[in-house]
Amino acid sequence: MRKWFTSSSPLGLSPARKAISYCLLIFWSVIVLFPFYWLLTTAFKLPIDVSSGPKYLPFGDFQPSLNAWDEMRDFIPRPYRNTVVVGVVSSLLALFIGSFAAYALLRFKYRPRIGMVAVFILCGSLAVALVVVAGVYWWAAVLIAGVLFLAALATIGKRFKAALANDDIAFWLIAQRMLPPVAVILPIFMMFQQLGLLDTLWALITVYTATSLPLVVWFMRDYFLSIPMELEESAFIDGASRLQVVLRIVLPLSVPGLVATFLIVLTFAWNELIFAIFLTRGDSQTMPVLVVAQNATRGPQWWNISLLVLLMVAPIVIVAVVLERYIAKGILLGAVKG
Amino acid sequence: MQPRSATRDANGAAATDGIDPAGPDALTRPPRLSARLAAWLEASPRYVYLLPAIGIVLFLSIFPLIVSLYLSLASIRLVRGGFEIRFVGLDNYRKLFVGDTQRHFLGRFGDYNLLTLTILTFVLAVLIFLIARYIANNGFKLFGTSLRVLTAIIAFGLIWLVVMTYLSGGLPGTLVVTMTFVFVGVVVQFLLGLGLALLVTQNLRGKRFFRVVFLLPMMITPVGIGFLFRMMTDTLQGPIAPLWVALGLEDFSWTQTAFGARSAVIIGDTWQWTPFIFIVLLAALEGVPREPIEAALVDGANEWQAFRYVLVPYLMPVSLTVIMIRIIEGFKIIDMPQVLTRGGPGTATESVTLQAYNSWRALDLGGSSAMAYMLLFVVTFSAVVFVNFVRKRVLEHP
Repeated sequence: MRKWFTSSSPLGLSPARKAISYCLLIFWSVIVLFPFYWLLTTAFKLPIDVSSGPKYLPFGDFQPSLNAWDEMRDFIPRPYRNTVVVGVVSSLLALFIGSFAAYALLRFKYRPRIGMVAVFILCGSLAVALVVVAGVYWWAAVLIAGVLFLAALATIGKRFKAALANDDIAFWLIAQRMLPPVAVILPIFMMFQQLGLLDTLWALITVYTATSLPLVVWFMRDYFLSIPMELEESAFIDGASRLQVVLRIVLPLSVPGLVATFLIVLTFAWNELIFAIFLTRGDSQTMPVLVVAQNATRGPQWWNISLLVLLMVAPIVIVAVVLERYIAKGILLGAVKG
Repeated sequence: MQPRSATRDANGAAATDGIDPAGPDALTRPPRLSARLAAWLEASPRYVYLLPAIGIVLFLSIFPLIVSLYLSLASIRLVRGGFEIRFVGLDNYRKLFVGDTQRHFLGRFGDYNLLTLTILTFVLAVLIFLIARYIANNGFKLFGTSLRVLTAIIAFGLIWLVVMTYLSGGLPGTLVVTMTFVFVGVVVQFLLGLGLALLVTQNLRGKRFFRVVFLLPMMITPVGIGFLFRMMTDTLQGPIAPLWVALGLEDFSWTQTAFGARSAVIIGDTWQWTPFIFIVLLAALEGVPREPIEAALVDGANEWQAFRYVLVPYLMPVSLTVIMIRIIEGFKIIDMPQVLTRGGPGTATESVTLQAYNSWRALDLGGSSAMAYMLLFVVTFSAVVFVNFVRKRVLEHP
């Protein structure tokens, strides 16, 4: 057991154990890598090479061809561009907004009264309901909800003195991850329809930002905990402002956490299907929608699908391999304390 | 920076009224930047930092969720240029539980037999014992006791559902199928992830290679994995086709049986998500201090004892968190069965989300919302039970 944990141990592992370990590791590597190999080769096969039974070796069993690329060439650029834009923009937005929120939840004290929060949520839901159900213009809905909110606040909102604390807010934010997308998709769909956002990239960007925020707040909050307060305090003494402290000290010190979180959030947004399928139709389709659409046409065209999946996964894999070190570090701090 | 600050301010100013209007933070400095915008941003960081996040989550999660509750109580029809919404009360839920989608959602129940009766009696006895122990230890508290009784009733209901559909010759509905995917998948993924993490933490060469390779499946879109596994399991064109042919099974498609199809979905899901558990546990393992383990070994503990009594307590909090995350995320499964089996054969691999999606396409929007709400209920129930009963107990008595 000692050998399992001490990398500096002079003993090393017994040869038998080493052999078994390598066998198991290589076995799992094959399980992981073989599907990737199959993906790669199938993307360069002709339809005849696929339908005539399995072909394993390029140049041996079959001649690689760019047939799939020629077939899909015209369909790829637009969804690909959409995926990149939506993924990167929403991840950066979530990272930016979420980091500030996580920082604020650690350094400031919030005591929102329960009465106020309840009234605000009810009025906000009313505004959304007015837009979704009754088809009211959104500015009218916001106006009505705002007036109602102020009225309710003046009368009943102050009755409930109990207040929430920072941990409640953080827990509430993180708990949003539990929400199944189908539970909110219908109102969001109707809301975006009223706002004219349906089938635009902004629809996906905002939704992905919202679904990524809980993860960002969770990971970054734990990461910021590891930054010593003294650093910030000495900066304040030197006359730095809060914003300067965040931008020049806290965020630069959290780069590993930021990178890991960015990668995780990007992967989610990059691969997301349900929201994309509901909220887009033509021009703003993303790659997962294009991939799943291959199911509907004349039987599965394995060569085309393989090419699409390969093109989708390539950039993420490259980024992940380059940044692998950060992922472990970032996730560690996020998970160990959670 | 400037335009983004402007929109953030607009959000912030609108929502500030809703949250605590306490005085400015003691740490803020008087504004010294010329632009008033920047000055305001400086002076009240407590709102500006937090409110954009709160606002986005409120508008895209909480408000829609509440509106969705209303929609699940309504019948919605698409009409030219909009929707026609009619309030129908609990009708959508009635359909799910006793109406015409009951068989689809809950499943078809078999008859009681010796096996199911034994299991159900045993479960009931355990639940009653747990509640009795709670009352014996804490005295009778109305709130705590009724909460636990309610939890026990729901838990028993869910277990009854599983037992009566799987073990009584019934047919599991989407709810039971989803729970199967989640719980079987999480157990398999956790064991594999833990094993791989333990293997990789050993003092071996090429550690970094294995780490990177084991991480890869997480990066593929689940839709892609669905297709990939459909391709791999094809008995005529897949890579193991010669094996099927040699066994005389080339006409047999294993995704045509309910059991095979469910296994295929779970295998695909496991292939994708084992890396997640692996990477988290690996990070945790590398953070384990060496001294206690070495001390235990020096004191004559064998490896198993060192693992069980020193390492397991260290890993427990992380493991529980990561299991929790996977349970929560697992309930949302749709892409894998949608592509791999299209929910078939029959409804054998149809998850709740997939059923809700199909209802949406069939324009039963109210029913779709009701299903989504039931899913949310089961997810929340599982998470709450896990945190309050499993996690708490395990962390107290490792």
